[in-house]
Amino acid sequence: MSHTEAVDSKEAWGGGTSPFGVGYGKLMMWFFLMSDALSFTGFLAAYGFFRHNYSAIWPTAENVFTHFPGIESINELFGIHIDHHQPLLYVAMMTFILIMSSVTMVLAVEAGQRMDKKAVIKWMFWTIIGGLIFVGSQAWEWMHFIHGTELGAFELGIGVVDVNGVIEQTQGIIGRWADDTKQVLMLPWKDAAGEYITLSGQALAEAMANGQAIHGANLTHNEYGHPLFADFFFFITGFHGTHVFSGVVLNFIIFVNVIMGTYEKRGHYEMVEKVGLYWHFVDLVWVFVFTFFYLI
Amino acid sequence: MEHSDQPYKYAQHHSEAEGKKTRRMIWNMFWVLLAITSVEVGLGLVWKGWGIDFHYVKMTFIVLTLVKAYFIVAYYMHLKHEKPFLENIIIVPYMLLALYLIYMVITEGTFTHYIEKLF
Repeated sequence: MSHTEAVDSKEAWGGGTSPFGVGYGKLMMWFFLMSDALSFTGFLAAYGFFRHNYSAIWPTAENVFTHFPGIESINELFGIHIDHHQPLLYVAMMTFILIMSSVTMVLAVEAGQRMDKKAVIKWMFWTIIGGLIFVGSQAWEWMHFIHGTELGAFELGIGVVDVNGVIEQTQGIIGRWADDTKQVLMLPWKDAAGEYITLSGQALAEAMANGQAIHGANLTHNEYGHPLFADFFFFITGFHGTHVFSGVVLNFIIFVNVIMGTYEKRGHYEMVEKVGLYWHFVDLVWVFVFTFFYLI
Repeated sequence: MEHSDQPYKYAQHHSEAEGKKTRRMIWNMFWVLLAITSVEVGLGLVWKGWGIDFHYVKMTFIVLTLVKAYFIVAYYMHLKHEKPFLENIIIVPYMLLALYLIYMVITEGTFTHYIEKLF
């Protein structure tokens, strides 16, 4: 600088008090969460765009995620018939676990503000357990989605089909079997009466000559419907699952520090508040994923 | 800050009595979140059987989700009790960009739909 101005020391900000009223680490955590929220908003917006774009042939989550652990081999319990087709139940349980771990986390933060080391340890422990159960549940759901059903589905090859007078291309379109005999293939379009358009007999034999049977889902084929559904499922729940996993790791590091008395010596438990913010954010994202992926 | 000789002034502390109040708030909020989630799951299971139009179901889901998100951010993440300056610097940029994204999705979605119907 070529010149310097005299600064009135009474008016200049001395760098003492933060205008935000929070510490540096917490403020940066908030900024990070805001940018991360925008990433998730972008993913969900892209999902919404394609879901709307392919609304006629999009598989709904309630027809895809219908498993519940432990009931596959049970047909009757205490005289009550057990239905193996349970839409929403499993993901509702996962949501409950994540909300519960959010509660234990905020209780740990509250205990930290009272300098109650024992309570902080207790609540952080339950938060970590909840996070691990959630990650495990997600792995279980991925496994089911990737393996698919025994019956499978059929991916059509090049061809056309008449849908209420509109000619639709069939390449890459997934047809579901009407029953175990594999004699009738249901296409994702509905006719004027609201019934699925089906292929059978000669038309089915012709279609089967240039298509392929599909079991489960990966990034290019999806038994349940449009492959973009699988891509978004893997990407969005995978990105969220990575956040949950890193949240568990961060929580564990802070948990060890709490046990060693690091924050007792420091005189405050603000570090627990910071990882708490991150953990609540993970819960917050799941609230939106649950609605836009599983409910709508 | 933490490494200076002065005590760290931004850490929040509260007494046993205040803690009791905070814990009551936390558990109340837990019941609210659980109730909203139960309503969402229940509605997701029964709406077809009850013959409700999916458009209304969808709007109900979105409103309930926003309510849930508000409670988590305002109370669990404590944003409601931070300084207004901090509140605004987080909420305003997020809302601007999120609303822009939603606007883009709706206009582009309509356009794509229109183009596909054209050919």
